[in-house]
Amino acid sequence: MKTRSWVPYAFLLPNMLIFGIFVGLPAIYGVYYSFTEWDGISSPVFIGLENFRHILTDPNFLDMLKRTFIYVVLVVPFTVISALGLAWLLTRKIKFANFFRTIFYLPVMISFIVIGLMWNWILQVDTGLINYLLSLISIDPINWLLDPVMANISVIIVTIWARVGFFMVIFIAGLQNISPTLYEAADIDGASDRVKFFKITFPMLKPITLLVIILSFIEFFKTFALVVSLTGGGPINSTKYYVQYTYDVGFNQGEFGVGSALSLILFIIMAVITLIQWKISDGGRV
Amino acid sequence: MTQNKKSQWLIYTILIILSVFMLFPVLWVLSSSLKSGTELFSWPPTIFPNDITFDNYISAFKEANFGRYLFNTVFVTIVATALTLIINTMSGYALAKFRFKGSTVILILFLSTLMIPLEALMIPMFVVLKTLGLYNSIWGIIIPPAATPTGVFLIRQYILSLPDEMIEAAKMDGANEWQVFMKVIIPLSAPVIATLTIFSVMWRWQDYIWPLIAISDTRLYTLELAIANFVGEYSVDWGPLLAMAVVTMVPMIIVFLFFQRFFVQGIMATGVKE
Repeated sequence: MKTRSWVPYAFLLPNMLIFGIFVGLPAIYGVYYSFTEWDGISSPVFIGLENFRHILTDPNFLDMLKRTFIYVVLVVPFTVISALGLAWLLTRKIKFANFFRTIFYLPVMISFIVIGLMWNWILQVDTGLINYLLSLISIDPINWLLDPVMANISVIIVTIWARVGFFMVIFIAGLQNISPTLYEAADIDGASDRVKFFKITFPMLKPITLLVIILSFIEFFKTFALVVSLTGGGPINSTKYYVQYTYDVGFNQGEFGVGSALSLILFIIMAVITLIQWKISDGGRV
Repeated sequence: MTQNKKSQWLIYTILIILSVFMLFPVLWVLSSSLKSGTELFSWPPTIFPNDITFDNYISAFKEANFGRYLFNTVFVTIVATALTLIINTMSGYALAKFRFKGSTVILILFLSTLMIPLEALMIPMFVVLKTLGLYNSIWGIIIPPAATPTGVFLIRQYILSLPDEMIEAAKMDGANEWQVFMKVIIPLSAPVIATLTIFSVMWRWQDYIWPLIAISDTRLYTLELAIANFVGEYSVDWGPLLAMAVVTMVPMIIVFLFFQRFFVQGIMATGVKE
């Protein structure tokens, strides 16, 4: 479209100025900080790769990284399979499908802090609803939040509860995009529901399933707010995952250099995951 | 009973059990928040409050300074959403309808930043904020996340589909660039603007990480920060805290029930929540 040359720049200016100052600049500075020793008060001192050497040989970091990966690797498949299952049930010819959809999506509308608080209350050892219900069937109280292993299981359950509805919606859209003629043809051939699922539904959904796996991986790797109000990262750091760990190093221990290096490593992990998605999904065409 | 009927019943049974699992935490917190201090910790717990009382709500407002946090959150949400809509729509329009030097580069650069998580920029964003004197200011919470690439992208994709003829016609009638934007583009983009409004309200109301970084002054706390802070204390005062949780989540649930279809459209258009 022909126009005076400054016009589009004027329209872009406010957004790009704010973005440049508050996101663009920090992105560049962040890389520089990660090669410095800095407490956030005096001037940063360039120390080369020292922060990265320190991080990669720090047992606390390696523990935390392992913990984060275990959490993500457990929570992603459960979430994806539940979301796909729900979507599959809800795209069949059933009554009240919209009603059920609304209910499953509801937690997506609640913030992670509130969700964490809610479950924190429900999972309390001696006053919580869950342990009360278990006592009705003679199961001893479970220490949901104060035992390291149980705390991780609790975070996993709550994560799935919080996010399954979101990924369900993506799957529903994917299922509705499958042409009904495929199913009609299968009906004529007398295919069973199971055959239809594995021969039509599943192959047609492959690209969107991949997308959901990547999106959920990236999201869950950054789990932070939910844990803050559910376990506080405890007991003894057993549910402290990557972002909370970085926040602590940066803002509580005042290690801006090491914190920035941790952020850069986080970014690299996220970028690699996204790149893998691009490769598999043929240049982003999902 | 036919095979088909049986499987129908099975599906309904599964769906109902799962619905109970999805709903009970919300209802349980609601019920708990209406109990008196002693009933809240009674064993066995009462499913419904024996005497419904609003004591927890009253003490949240009176003693826990909840009104202040509610006001801060409402203020941040409204002002930030207005700012986001203005600047994102302007940028989205420029990137959709103008060919200019560097337009492709700007678009690609901007889109590639969609990949950078805010979580990876916590420290340098804090440094920039502090350097500019915006740390511990309500504007520090509002301004930086307003220039969201997701919003610009959402708007751009929509405006791209609007016919150029409408713009040409308005110019023939003597409209200047700003009038074209205000009188042609904005009204035609109403659906996508509505979607972005709802998303922005949701992001801002529920945001935790950015306010956590941008402020430390408790007088500027948002609801999320306040709740996270209270639950981290050594002895948690559950009654008022649960009341706060209810007041924090109810507005978003209402927004959702009224504007459901925008969510699905928005999710499908961007493929992301944040």
